[in-house]
Amino acid sequence: MYGFEALTFNVHGGYLEAIVRGYRSGLLTAADYNNLCQCESLEDIKMHLSATEYGPYLQNEPSPLHTTTIVEKCTLKLVDEYKQMLCQATEPLSTFLEYITYGHMIDNVVLIVTGTLHERDVQELLEKCHPLGMFDSIATLAVAQNMRELYRLVLVDTPLAPYFSECITSEDLDDMNIEIMRNTLYKAYLEDFYRFCQKLGGATSEIMSDILAFEADRRAVNITINSIGTELTRDDRRKLYSNFGLLYPYGHEELAISEDIDQVRGVMEKYPPYQSIFSKLSYGESQMLDKAFYEEEVKRLCLSFEQQFHYGVFFAYMRLREQEIRNLMWISECVAQNQKSRVHDSVVFIF
Amino acid sequence: MVGSSSSWSTALVRISPYTFAAIGIAISIGVSVLGAAWGIYITGSSLIGAAIKAPRITSKNLISVIFCEAVAIYGVIVAIILQTKLESVPSSKIYDPESLRAGYAIFASGIIVGFANLVCGLCVGIIGSSCALSDAQNSSLFVKILVIEIFGSALGLFGVIVGIIMSAQATWPSKG
Repeated sequence: MYGFEALTFNVHGGYLEAIVRGYRSGLLTAADYNNLCQCESLEDIKMHLSATEYGPYLQNEPSPLHTTTIVEKCTLKLVDEYKQMLCQATEPLSTFLEYITYGHMIDNVVLIVTGTLHERDVQELLEKCHPLGMFDSIATLAVAQNMRELYRLVLVDTPLAPYFSECITSEDLDDMNIEIMRNTLYKAYLEDFYRFCQKLGGATSEIMSDILAFEADRRAVNITINSIGTELTRDDRRKLYSNFGLLYPYGHEELAISEDIDQVRGVMEKYPPYQSIFSKLSYGESQMLDKAFYEEEVKRLCLSFEQQFHYGVFFAYMRLREQEIRNLMWISECVAQNQKSRVHDSVVFIF
Repeated sequence: MVGSSSSWSTALVRISPYTFAAIGIAISIGVSVLGAAWGIYITGSSLIGAAIKAPRITSKNLISVIFCEAVAIYGVIVAIILQTKLESVPSSKIYDPESLRAGYAIFASGIIVGFANLVCGLCVGIIGSSCALSDAQNSSLFVKILVIEIFGSALGLFGVIVGIIMSAQATWPSKG
C-alpha cells in the first residue's frame, strides 16, 4: 500500500538501501570533474582518480595508460558493487537487481552476433562485452546461423528467453535484421520490467514507472530519428515502440509517420516534459539531442534518491554510475587526443 | 439486576473486572514492546548499512535506538503501576458498579499506554532511519532531525501521562 512502505521495507531492504546510498555518496562531484577536465595527460587523470573511490582499482595499472583501461577498471568497480548487493539481496529485490542487467545482456548478444557476422574472433568479442551482461553460454552465440538457431541453442536457457517470442524467424542474420532484433528484444524487456514494477506496487512502482516511461519515450525518439531515410517501413517502426510511456499511443502514431527531424520536434513539443528538451536545440540539429536526453535522465534519477524505502534507488545508482563512466571515457578521449576544448560537449554533471 | 437476562449488555457486565484489568496490563507491556522492537529494527538496519561508508555516525545515532527503547520502558513502568492497583474484593462485590469501574479503568489505561507507545516507537524508528542515512551524507543534518525525533517521542509520554491519570481513579470497593 503506497505510503506505508516505511513499516516493513527495512526488514529485507533496509541494509542494502543504506549501502546503496553510501555508494551514491562516492559518485564524482562537479569539483572532481573540473579537476579532471583540466588534466593534461592520462597520467594526470589516473592521479586525480586515485584520490576518489576509484583509487584501489587504478593504482596498479602500469603506464602507459590507455583510455580503454581506465574505462575497464571503472566498470569493474561498478560490477563489484553490483555483485556485493546482489549476493545479499532477497526476493523481490534480487529479481529487481537482475532485471537491471538484462539490457546489458541484450547488448552483449547483439555484439557477439554482429561480430561473428563480420568474422571477428570470438575471444576478442568476449573481451568487449559488458561484464554485467555476461551469462554462461555466451560464447556459443558465435555458432548460430539464424535467429531460430540462436534461440534454440543458447538463449532458451537465459533470462532473455521470454523476449524472443516476437522475433524468432528463419531469416538470416544481417545488419538490418540484427538492429531490428535488438530493438524488439529491448522493447520486450522494458515492457516486462514495467509490468514487474507495477506488480511490486507502492513507491517502487510509482518511481520506476516514471523512469521507465522516460526510457521508453527516449528509445522511441531515437528509433525514429535513426530510421529516417532507411528502408524500415512505418509499420515496422511502430512495432518497435513500447506500449507504455507518455507518448503511447497517440505520440507513437505521429512519430511513425515522421520523415525528418523537424516533424519529430513538432510531435515532441506537444508534450510539456519533452518540450524543454527540444527547446534547447536549434532547428535541424540532432547532435546535442543525446546530451539533452542524458541530462534529463540524470535529473530524474537524482530525484529518486529523495524518497526512502523503495527499490528505485538501486536502478538509479546503476544508471548514474554508467553515466559517470561515460563521462570519464569522454574526458579521457579528449585528453588523449588533445582536444580539451570539446570536453564540455558531452560531460553531464551528476550533482 | 437487569431484567432480560440474555442481552449483550448483561453478558458484558458479567465478565469479571479482573479479566479486563489483566488484559489491560498485558496490552500495556506487550504492545509497547512491539512498538519499541519495530522501531529499533527499522532504525538499526539502516544504521548498520550506512555506517559501513561513514563509521562516524554510529555513536551519535544510537540516540535514535535509545528513544525507541524508552518507549518499552514506559510500558514496563505503567504495567508495574497498574498491577499494584489490583486488590481483591469479596465475591459479593465483584459485580458492583465500583468494581466494574476500577476494572475498566485499568483496562483503558493499559490500552492507552500500549497503543500510544506502539505508534511512538514506529514514528521514532522511521525518523531514526532517515536520520542515519542523512547523517552519513551530511553531518550537519543530524541535530535538526533529532529535534523531529524528540517531538515524536513526546507522543509516548502523552500516553503514559493519561494512562497514569486513568489508573489513579481505579479504586475498588472497600471490604465490609
